[in-house]
Formats: sequence, structure tokens, C-alpha cells
Amino acid sequence: MMRFLLLFSRQGKLRLQKWFTALSDRDKKKIIRDVTQMVLVRPPKSCNFLQWRDLKIVYRRYASLYFCCGLEQGDNELLTLELLHRYVELLDQYFGNVCELDIIFNFEKAYFILDEFIIGGEVQETSKASVAKSMEEADSLQETMEEYVNKPTY
Amino acid sequence: MPSSVRLQEMIRVIRSARTQGEERGIIQKECADIRAQFRQGDNGERSHSLAKLLYVHMLGYPAHFGQMECVRLIASTRYSEKRIGYLGAMMLLDEKQDASLLITNSIKNDLSHSSQYVQSLALCTLACMGSAEMCRDLAPEIERLLRASNSYIKKKATLCAVHIIRKVPELAEMFTPSARSLLSEKNHGVLHGAVVLITELCKHNPGTLDQFRKAVPELVQIMKGLVTSSYSPEHNVAGISDPFLQVRILRLLRILGHNNDTASDAMNDLLAQVATNTDSSKTAGSAVLYETVLTIMDINSESGLRVLAVNILGRFLLNNDRNIRYISMTSLQKIVQTDHNAVQRHRGTIVDCLKDQDTSVKRRALELSLALVSAVNIRSMMKELLIFLSTCPPELRSHTTSGIFNAAERYSPSKRWHIDTILHVLTTAGGDVRDETVPNLIQLITTASELHCYTVHKLYRALVKDISQQSLVQVACWCIGEYGDLLLKGECEEIEPVQVTEDDVLDALETVLQSHMSSPATRGFALTATMKLSTRITDNVDRIRSIVSNYSSCIDLELQQRAVEYNALFRKYDHMRAAVLERMPVMDKNSPGHTNGDTSGVIKETDPSKLKPVEAGLLSEPASQVCDLLDLLDGTDTPLQPSPAPTNNPTTTSSADLLDLLGGLEPAPVLTETVYEKNGLSLKIQCDKQTDTEVMVTLIGSNSTQNDITNFTLQAAVPKSVQLQMKAPSGNVIPAHGLGQVTQTVVLNNPNKVSLKMRIRVSYSNQGAVHQDTVQIDSFPSPTCPPSVSPL
Repeated sequence: MMRFLLLFSRQGKLRLQKWFTALSDRDKKKIIRDVTQMVLVRPPKSCNFLQWRDLKIVYRRYASLYFCCGLEQGDNELLTLELLHRYVELLDQYFGNVCELDIIFNFEKAYFILDEFIIGGEVQETSKASVAKSMEEADSLQETMEEYVNKPTY
Repeated sequence: MPSSVRLQEMIRVIRSARTQGEERGIIQKECADIRAQFRQGDNGERSHSLAKLLYVHMLGYPAHFGQMECVRLIASTRYSEKRIGYLGAMMLLDEKQDASLLITNSIKNDLSHSSQYVQSLALCTLACMGSAEMCRDLAPEIERLLRASNSYIKKKATLCAVHIIRKVPELAEMFTPSARSLLSEKNHGVLHGAVVLITELCKHNPGTLDQFRKAVPELVQIMKGLVTSSYSPEHNVAGISDPFLQVRILRLLRILGHNNDTASDAMNDLLAQVATNTDSSKTAGSAVLYETVLTIMDINSESGLRVLAVNILGRFLLNNDRNIRYISMTSLQKIVQTDHNAVQRHRGTIVDCLKDQDTSVKRRALELSLALVSAVNIRSMMKELLIFLSTCPPELRSHTTSGIFNAAERYSPSKRWHIDTILHVLTTAGGDVRDETVPNLIQLITTASELHCYTVHKLYRALVKDISQQSLVQVACWCIGEYGDLLLKGECEEIEPVQVTEDDVLDALETVLQSHMSSPATRGFALTATMKLSTRITDNVDRIRSIVSNYSSCIDLELQQRAVEYNALFRKYDHMRAAVLERMPVMDKNSPGHTNGDTSGVIKETDPSKLKPVEAGLLSEPASQVCDLLDLLDGTDTPLQPSPAPTNNPTTTSSADLLDLLGGLEPAPVLTETVYEKNGLSLKIQCDKQTDTEVMVTLIGSNSTQNDITNFTLQAAVPKSVQLQMKAPSGNVIPAHGLGQVTQTVVLNNPNKVSLKMRIRVSYSNQGAVHQDTVQIDSFPSPTCPPSVSPL
């Protein structure tokens, strides 16, 4: 089971945090600080897996964003790399050539997509097309369509 | 009423703040607006405000005033408000907040909502932050949805059930019946959820595990379908059909097949098929292969399959991708104990990985290399490990040094090699070694008497080069003090001869004494060494006297005390100086303050007298065991006490033995005889001291089995007139493979000079079984005759 998923920039600014276990705010902040520090110092071509406390940390850098998650000992690290890649593909399909700014200005949509892909730390849907379709249909239920879909002029 | 700023506008404004203070100001203003907004009630703007608050929360600012707003929004009828309300609940409410209970009712209602997307919101939120209470309340609803709904809801309900079971394990039985039927679903999402649910159910209850073993054929079928199916675009990842599902099924099969022959047999063919047919050129394929290997190694698979698995790991080791090398080594680490030979075949590649740039890979390679060291490859492995030590990152150094020492202790081919290795480590990484290294090394050196000359020359040269590594300096000082005469003689076959004068040696020691790099302990070593040299050199005794008297006013209390005592030795007790400072005897490992004494006197043989219980006067620990030894020995108390003092500190030993060494003694030859050997445990008796009326022996227990021996106790009985005193044993655990020993000193006072006999009862636990045995020693080892032993 995945314990948490974090997205942060090269400067260490948090862009998304999803926690799958109950933790106090203080604990969460500490984990974010520790993991961010650990991952940001890694040189470019390093191994994507780390051992931290009793968790396996799997991370991957996509452009300016680090996607990082904490796994339990029984989880498959290579599969998690595929999982992170799948999430990026979903974001890319939804936003069209996604970049960090998309995730900053539309963070709630990033969460909605994540919630269609992963529940309770486990994958719920293994088909990319299904997730995309669900997002589309759910979006169509939004009452105030214009400003929801509206892309900002940065 | 302030005009509401759209979410994205606010984000832009916050990002344009140039300083932290400016940002704080903007956010304070925004939060005030948001609070005002919330107070106003329903006007269509609430979801925007909550979204803004969530952004502010992500930046790290407090947002608890939004919790009630989440509750209100969840109860709204508008989908957009529900959506953001549930998101807020997942981010701001956790089970520790009281407000979380308030949404239970809303969730319950939404679980039966007509729109599946509203149901989905409720399910997702429950699975993310549902507390135990909420789970208990809503479990029946979830169970209903598991059985009767469309696949979109089923897959979410399944994972929600997993969360419920994790929170409230007692509810597991509720979901067991539906779980099995879910396996016949075609939808991959539902199937995946079902496998996760069954895995979780099996974890919690071994009875359920037995039940689900019957599902193994079904799982094998599904897996076969995935592996052999033609290209399906919906689930394909780099040529593998739904790797997520494949990996989960393999994981479940692992749990079901573990320790169960029938289940393992049923999956043998499938595992072989997956292992051979999966294309591992991309990560997805490697992930599936990795999981397959783990499963093969964990179930009762046939040996051919196991070999296949290890070969796959070997192939992974040669892969260019660092990640794959890393997980290969992690897996090899798990199996190195059980399949040692198979892993040995890949030793070369593993050792090469020590040179990899990446720290994670290095760490794994180090652990694996240390596990692969054996008597056969010790020389080449040690070479590699020493090279690694000189270039390894600082966080791995202490682990490396202790690993090297352990390996050297177990497998060193010769004493000289052992000493060389330790010296090499001390010169390269002396700051990262354990504290016991210094006494251990000293003890090792004393036992290698033929190498004293070589050792002291090497250490002297190392000392002259560099005095910053404290452990090295300490050992060097001690050796120079002990064997300074050998150093000054100059000749040594194994090293090129170098002329060392007395002044050189004293210069070196003085440098250590005066250097600011030397720790107080190191200076103590140096001072004592200087003092010892006063009996081993001829010309510069006055120089030594002056050094010593200088330090008698040193600020450091320990040094001052030593200097004063040594001064006294020069002035008032000069006749004793030679005796006090003479060569140290060979020290035995793990013996507390153990000494060798003279061997004058012989035990007279008289008629054997009846054995009778004798009191052992000892301090007893409250938690000690009091055993009923045979009728002959009741009342004997042999409590266990861990050895308190460090065992091999040379300087404290010498001062404690000051009195014992008076009267001109020659070191006695050490006699050890084995008195008991059974089931891998062997007991030796070593004669330490013998006088007319007193004998002191040491009982040494060692263990050549694969497992540690615990609760090792010795009890002894002696003839009527003899008084027995058993000192505290060095411990009660004997490590496996002969890695360590337990020693216990026994003093026998024999005023009537009767024939000495001793009956010893040994009791210990090995692998959970308790053993007891008795052995009788009829005569004790002495320089003239070996002991005779009759086992009972």
C-alpha cells in the first residue's frame, strides 16, 4: 500500500500532497521536509529507490517536478515507477502537454484525477481510457462549467 | 462585501509576492475574505472560497476554520460544491478532528445517491480518511455496494472495504463471502480490487487463508489469460498486458503458496511460463519478473524453478539500469542465507557494483558482499572491501569497518594477514571503527608472538607517518611500550631493516603526548608506553624520568595520577620496576581480569573422598535461576552475572596485578584441555594457577553449531573439604560458528590437600530445546600431567 504521494518542485515547494494514513499535521510536515531534502540532493542519474525509516521511497523527476511516494516493504518498486508514469500520462492527457504551472493553477483537478486512479493507497483502475472517460463525465456534472474549464492567462 | 477573487487570480497574486512577508500579508487578507465569505452562507461562491483555502493550506498556512465549511458543502445538492467539499474533507479533516464524524451521515446518504459520481466521491473519501467509527457505521453499506452495483462503483467499494478491514480487522468476516465471487468479474479494475481485498483478508486471518487457497486454480487461469492474451490496447503497458494486475495476482499467489505444497504445485507451471515469456526490456516487464522471482523464492517451488529465479536475478545484475541492479541485490540479500551457493556464482558482478557511483547501489552491494565472504574467497574479497573502504561515502564507513572486522575474525587465513588487515583499516578509516577494536587488536597481537617484531615495526612506521587516527595511535603506543626492545634491535625478517634509535622512539611517543590531536585516552597509552620502555632501553632512562615527572603536574587527572605513580616507581620502588613493567602475558579473550600465575606446587594424590554439596559464595542477581542439580549438589547456587568490566584493557590489568606479580614470577605455559564435547558445545578447562592449597581454573565454553546457544549455565560440585568459588561468567550466550566463547573462572581452595575432583553440570538452550549434561573431572591439568575426565 502506498503511504503517501508528494509532488514538489526543484526548489522544494510542495505542489500536491496525498496521505493514505492518518497522521498529525506536525508529522506530515516533518515527513515532507525530510523526504524533500533527501530526494533533492540526489544526483541526476541515481537509482530511483531509497530506504528511509521503515519505508521504501520511490521518486522520479519529470521536468521541474519530483513525483515521490512512500511504500511499505511488501510493495513492488518497479511497479510503482510505472504507477507514477501512468499518473503523469493521465495528467498529460487531461491538460494537454501538462507542465508544472497547470498543476499549480489547477491543483484541485490534479487531485480529482488522482482520486480516479488511486483509492486508499491502491490502484483502482488500470485502464487509462477508463480514468479519462470518468473524469470527462464527472466534469460534465459541474454546474458552473465556464470558469471551471477556463484556463488562466498566466 | 468584498468582491470575490477567483481562485486562479489569487494564486497568481500570491506567486507574485517577492518576499515571505509580502506573501504572508496577502494570505492574511485572503483568509479574512474567505472567513467573511463563509459567514455569509449560500451564495454560489462558497466552493471558490474553499478552493482558495485549500491552496493556502497547501502552502503550509493554518486552515482549520474551513472544516465546518467542508461539512456544509458536502451536504449541498450541487455537484461542484460536493466535489470540493469532499476534497476539503480529505485534506483538512482526519480522524483526529471531531468534525469528521459530522460527515458520516452525508456519506451514508451519498452512498445511495442516484448519480454514481456522487457515490464515488463518498467512497473515495471514506477510503481516504474514514475513522474506525465511521467504518463500523458504514460497513454494511459498503458490503451492499460490493455485491450489487455497476463495475465503476464495485471497484471503488472493494478498495473501500480494504480500508475498513485495515482500520477494523473484526469486520473482515463481513466481506469474505463477496470477495470470492468478485474473482469472476471481467472488469480489470474490479478484478484488481478483488485481489487486493483477498490479500488483505488473508493477512488478517489464517482460517480465511486456507479458504482462499481453493481459489488458486482460478487465479492461475486469470494470470494465464493475461500472459498469453493478444494485444489489448486498453491495458497494455510496453507489451505487457496489465502489469498492475499481474503483479498483484503474483503477490497473492505468494501468500497462498507459502508453506503449502499443494498450492505451490498448482502454480509451478504458471510461474515457469511467466518467468520465461515475460519481456523485460522495459520497466513494466521487469516489474512482473521481479514479483515472479520473489514468489518463486517464497513458496515451496521445485529446485529447477529456483535456479531459474536466481538466474533471472543474475541477469538483472548485469542490466544497465541502476534501478534493476538495485532491486536485484535487494532480492539476492533475502535469499543469500538459503541459496548461498547460487548467489556465490554472481559474486564477481556484485563486487563490481561496489564501484558504482550511486550510494543506494553501493550500500546494497556492500551488504551482499559481506554476506558472501567465506573461507574460500576471503583474500580476494578483503582486497575489494579495502579498496572500497578508501573511496566509500562517509555514511557507509562504520558499517564497512565492522563488516570487515567480522569477516577477518571469522575467516582470516593467518595471523599476519589478520593483523595486516586490521592495520590497513585503522590507517584508512581509524575514526569510524568500534570502540572494542583497540583491545581486540591488542589481544590479537599478544597471541601472535612470532609476529611481535614485525608488528611493532609496522606500527612504529605508521605512527611516525600520521598520529591523527586515535585507535591506530593507541595500539601503536601499546606495542612500542611492550615490544620496544624488539624495535630497537632492528632486525626483522619480514620487513626491510631500518635502524631505529632510542631517541627516535622516545621522540615519537613524546609527539603523541604533546599533540593536540591526541585524546586523553591516547595520551594515557603513550605515557604508560614511555614508562614501560624504561626497562627495555639502556641509555635514555633519564629522559624517561624527566618526561614522567613533567606530567605529574598535568591538568588531566588520569595522566597526573599515572605520572605520580610512575614517579614513585622510579624513586621509592626502583627494585620492583623491572618486575612491574615486564612483558604482559598472553591475554585470553573474554576473561575479566584474568591472570596467569606461577605453577610451583603439585597436587598430592590421596584417597578419593565422597562428593558433597558446597556453597558457592557469590553475589546473585534477583532474576537468576536456581536449579536443582543432582542430590549431591543441592544448595549450589550459580547465578548468572554479565561480565561488568571491559575484558582486555591492558593498563588496568597491570595495576591490579601489581601485588600478584611480586616475588619474581615466570609466566606459566597455558594448558587447556577439552573435558566435554557434544552437540556442537565444547567445554574446556584451563589451569591458571596452582599452589599447594589453591587451584584456579577457567572453564571455557564454545559453540560450533549453526545457532547461538543461550541460557548457558555451569554448576559445579567438589569434594567435602574443598571450598569452591565460582566467579561471574563472561556471559550466558555463546554465539554460533565458534564466533565467541563464554568463560568462567573457578577458584578451589584445598586446605587439606585432598585429591581434587569436580563435577560440572552444563545446561543451555539451543534452537528452543533445553539441554542438560554432566561431566566429572577427576584430576586437573598441571604442567606435568594432563587431566583425566570421566563423563557421567
